[in-house]
Amino acid sequence: MSVQVKYAALVALAGSLGVQNLVVAEKEGVLHVSGTANSTADYDALWASYNTIDPDMVSGDLLMNIDIKADAGTSLKVTTDSSNLNIRSTPSTEGEVVGKAAHDEVVTLVEKTNDSWWKIATKDGEEGYAYAQYLSPL
Amino acid sequence: MKKLSFVIAIAASSVLLFSCKSKVTDEALTTAVNAKVAAMSDVAAANVSVKEGVVTVTGECKDQACSDKCKAALEEAKVEGVKSIDWKCTIAPPPAPQQVELPASVATVLDANVIQVLKDGLKDIKGITVDYTAAKPAVVGEVTAATRMKIMQIFSMAKIVPDVTKLVTTK
Repeated sequence: MSVQVKYAALVALAGSLGVQNLVVAEKEGVLHVSGTANSTADYDALWASYNTIDPDMVSGDLLMNIDIKADAGTSLKVTTDSSNLNIRSTPSTEGEVVGKAAHDEVVTLVEKTNDSWWKIATKDGEEGYAYAQYLSPL
Repeated sequence: MKKLSFVIAIAASSVLLFSCKSKVTDEALTTAVNAKVAAMSDVAAANVSVKEGVVTVTGECKDQACSDKCKAALEEAKVEGVKSIDWKCTIAPPPAPQQVELPASVATVLDANVIQVLKDGLKDIKGITVDYTAAKPAVVGEVTAATRMKIMQIFSMAKIVPDVTKLVTTK
């Protein structure tokens, strides 16, 4: 089965959810899907679809590079497993830890610095960079 | 007297006949043909000109079939006074092929920067080791289903497909 056929339901779901800038391409047996989901719920629905179509996502035939729409000022929930999220002086783990945000704490997006690091501010006024994958727009 | 009346009647009917056959002007023909052509939505930028009953139509059709169909439709309309139709509509050039945008992940390679992004994201995930020397970074260990998804999302954000065949999901 081609990957296009295998993941047709996921691509259709992305379309019906109104994923922005949705682009789909196949290269060397891997389906690449990119775009911006309108909400964390949409993002989670897409990942759940991936996990349903390819249980445990072990086939290595899909790269779903989907981010979530979030403008400056958006509230973000800290989605670490249970630990605190480090807030750093620069967008890298090389950066000095200047603050911490607790698991489930809500912080504010200052800017999307790059795909992996976002500048955030806590309620206490701490400001710095945190790893984007542990932040879910509310 | 009877003969004279007959002659007058003939003359009068001739005048009447002549006035009935009055020539359709080029202006009137232009209006009439224009109405027909304007109704053809397939002809873009249509222009109609008439000279002594000869109609010239210019414009642009999307393809040859469309041009032939519109020309035939105008001929079949048999607009009174039209001597001939000079169909000069051109065919629109085919649209330029659209530049297909590809997801950035198609061109992403596992370089030092990408590895650093992955290490930054995965450093707090306990119970796994990652071999970055393989063509596909291989993740080995045991994690919960939720952590497994987080690992996949971190790799996806870095635009890299990992090898997770040796990553076990704990029940």
